[in-house]
Amino acid sequence: MIKILSALIAFCLAAPAFSAPLELASEVFVERVQKRADGSTATVLEAPKLVVPGDQLVFVVRYKNASAQPASKLSVTNPIPRAVAFSGTADGTEIVSVDGGKNWGTLAQLKVPKADGAFRQALPSDVTHVKWNLNQTLAAGSAGKLVFRGVVR
Amino acid sequence: MLRTSSLHNRLQAACPRFATLSVCAFAIGAIAHTPAWAAGTLAGTNIENIATASFDTGSGTVDIQSNTSVILVDELLDVTVASTDPGDVTTTPGATGVSLTYRVTNNGNGPESFRLTVNVANSGDDFDPVFGQIVIDTNNNGVYDAGVDTVYVAGTNDPLLQPDESVNVFVLTNIPSTQANGDRASVSLVASAGTGTGAPGTTFAGAGEGGGDAVVGTTGADGDANGFIRVDAASVVLAKSATILDPFGGSNAVPGSIITYTLVATVGGTGTLNNLVINDPLPAGTSYVAGSLTLQAASLTDAADTDAGNFNGTRVSVTLGNVPSGETRTVTFQTRIQ
Repeated sequence: MIKILSALIAFCLAAPAFSAPLELASEVFVERVQKRADGSTATVLEAPKLVVPGDQLVFVVRYKNASAQPASKLSVTNPIPRAVAFSGTADGTEIVSVDGGKNWGTLAQLKVPKADGAFRQALPSDVTHVKWNLNQTLAAGSAGKLVFRGVVR
Repeated sequence: MLRTSSLHNRLQAACPRFATLSVCAFAIGAIAHTPAWAAGTLAGTNIENIATASFDTGSGTVDIQSNTSVILVDELLDVTVASTDPGDVTTTPGATGVSLTYRVTNNGNGPESFRLTVNVANSGDDFDPVFGQIVIDTNNNGVYDAGVDTVYVAGTNDPLLQPDESVNVFVLTNIPSTQANGDRASVSLVASAGTGTGAPGTTFAGAGEGGGDAVVGTTGADGDANGFIRVDAASVVLAKSATILDPFGGSNAVPGSIITYTLVATVGGTGTLNNLVINDPLPAGTSYVAGSLTLQAASLTDAADTDAGNFNGTRVSVTLGNVPSGETRTVTFQTRIQ
């Protein structure tokens, strides 16, 4: 048990750099609207050097099959950090959870208990986890990325 | 607080992989917490993101975890000031220590101290009161308590406010004695973030709570509000009337007739008239009817004692004290024609 725990701690505190057949990388960007000299605006992604509540974040999860074998049943899960309000994904093929990963479905299928015991329709900001079940087989060496957005609470 | 929060994220992220470990119950229990700050996520919080994936290469399901991407939430500098007096504060010419009340709120996401300044010379009003003091509502009761609430000294006791926290601030001014009735003065209180102010978006590198930067929010990191003082002295109108009852049941002024005098003091304007006293000398040729003095239909003794009235042989005197505007006080007494 102690061995498992210390492994967990090491796993938690240092981002693990073990070799796996699949590579998974998480990146975060801040979405900013910049004004051009001619008055038009452009939306740019910046490295998150300066982030305050209300800023739009773009999370990018990159995956790559680094093995020589095709990988099937690929499923990618991303818990939403508590300080972030989920606002959607780029592809819309995700399923989400609003109860910490117990129940899953599309956002429209999920309900959230209210204080009086009744239920209301789940909102994007209720989402605690987002998950993609990629049904196709990932050939050796092929890669892809998944993108979701959130707002700093 | 900040460490705990990031630990939750990590545990939460690790759970799918170690679903049998007891620490997971702890992490799932923590999910119910959502930040309850109107000002947003606290400055210095690390937003950590980890993705997990599972797949099958033909030899069973494999779980892997991504790197952790970390964002440090920077400090947003925002403050608002509001005047909390219900309307104009009324006063009198020459009054001192006239108190205006303001509320300063930290709308930022980090603890911040605020510098307070007062401007009495605003345009669009009739006069400039003389600035006295800024006082912090130390006992937080919303009312200026002389000697209890702390006098503000810039740079020494700038109020330190947590995110969403507010403090009441009193501005005491003195009114020139030459001010006329109806004159109005505007007094503004300005609160500026100690870290700095500027156009929204201005950043102060490394100056944020928790090691990040500080960035000026939509309020410009300084707020101000105007309170108003109006000179509106209360005034008193005294009306005196008399009724006569002669010894024969009529109303003729003959020797032996009883004259009942009624004095009605009506306080007008706004505010309160303080230490109001009515004195009325006895007319010549009359003698006072002992024990006839009343105030608001209640009898007063003739002696100078604890009640409000007395008769000293030549005049009646009734002490009315502080009378708010709109109220009246009625005094009656009787004399006998000699």
